[in-house]
Parts: sequence; C-alpha cells; structure tokens
Amino acid sequence: MFDQVLDWLVAVLVLVGGALSLAAGVGLIRFPDVLTRLHSVTKPQVLGLFLVIIAIAIVARSWLVLLAVLPVFIFQALTAPVAAHMVARAAYRVSSREEKEKLFKDELAGPVSKADEEGETKSLE
Amino acid sequence: MQTDIIFIGAGVLFALAAIFALVHIMLGPTLLDRMVASDMLVTTLMLAVGAEMVYHRHTNTIVLMVALAATSFLATVMVARHVRKRDSVSLITSEVTKDV
Repeated sequence: MFDQVLDWLVAVLVLVGGALSLAAGVGLIRFPDVLTRLHSVTKPQVLGLFLVIIAIAIVARSWLVLLAVLPVFIFQALTAPVAAHMVARAAYRVSSREEKEKLFKDELAGPVSKADEEGETKSLE
Repeated sequence: MQTDIIFIGAGVLFALAAIFALVHIMLGPTLLDRMVASDMLVTTLMLAVGAEMVYHRHTNTIVLMVALAATSFLATVMVARHVRKRDSVSLITSEVTKDV
C-alpha cells in the first residue's frame, strides 16, 4: 500500500518536472527578447531538476542515493545563475538603441556608457 | 505498471521542450538567444536522464547528471564573454554586407 503511494508520488514528481521543462520551452518561443527569454528559461528548470532528484532518491529508498544526487542540484543551483548573469550582461551591452528604449527603467545606462567612454580613451592612448 | 501512462506523459513533455529548444536554436535571431536555448536543451537532457532512472529503477547515470550539471555552464559563459556588437546582427544581413 505504502509502496503504491510512493510510486504514484514519484510519477507525479516526474510529470511536474516535465511540465516545468515545457513551461521553459514555451517561454523561450513566446517571449520577445534575450532578457525575457533568460527569465523564463533559468528558473523553472532548476525546480524541475530538484523534483526529479527527489524522485530518484524516493525510488531507490536510500539516503546514500540522495547524498549522491544532491551534488547535481547544488552544481546546477550554483552554475545556472553564473551563466544567466553573463548572458544578461552581454545581452544588455550588445543591445541596440531601439531595444534599450523598450526598457521601463534603465539604471545601467549611466555606468555602462561611462565605462565605454573610459575604455575608448584608454584604447586611444 | 499503473503509473506508465504518467511517465509517457512526462516523456512527451520533455520531448516537446527539447523540440522547442532546437527550433529556437535554429530561429534565434542573435547568438545569445541560441546560447540560452542550448543551455535549456542541456538541462532538459539532464531531466530526461533522471526521469529514465526513475522509470527503470536504477542509479547508473547519476555520474552523467553530475558531470553535466558541473560543466554545462562553461560554454555559455565563454560565448557570453566573447560576444561583440557585430556578432549580434543576423546571419542574413551579414551575408548581404559581405556581398557589397
């Protein structure tokens, strides 16, 4: 009886993981530019990965397996923000003037243009 | 098993997500769009490998998941480091300017 409940729980966890994965895919297709796409891709899939990892540990019925899969989640949770940060930084600096005008609030405009000017004067010297 | 139908549904969802990522790698107007999509494709692969482990009740491919989780961000970071403004124009326009 208890085993059956766990089997259904595991199946539902995997299904929710798949649904979150698909949500990221739909966001990728539907959103208009790099920053919004990044927003839809980076978040749901880490949660989906967490659910699948819990499912793996429940199926194996062992704490040792949980200890073995936990690094997957830790690595993903540490490295996904790094990649997203680098992509967002590059996306802002590469974006054209029209794309920047679409932003509601552009707090980076001052510092980035200042840094660009400093870089240009340095390269002239 | 009774839960087979749920796993089939999950498999369909993973497949759709992977297809969306592939389509976006093809269509993405800029290099960064493509990198975001390929990052998502790797995460979908990790989820699918994990779901396969759950379905067949083994733990053989945990190593693969750890390796992917630890290294998949390197490609994205390096591309983001080296992208320049001229790389962001779409392939079609850059071919036109080359002809001129």
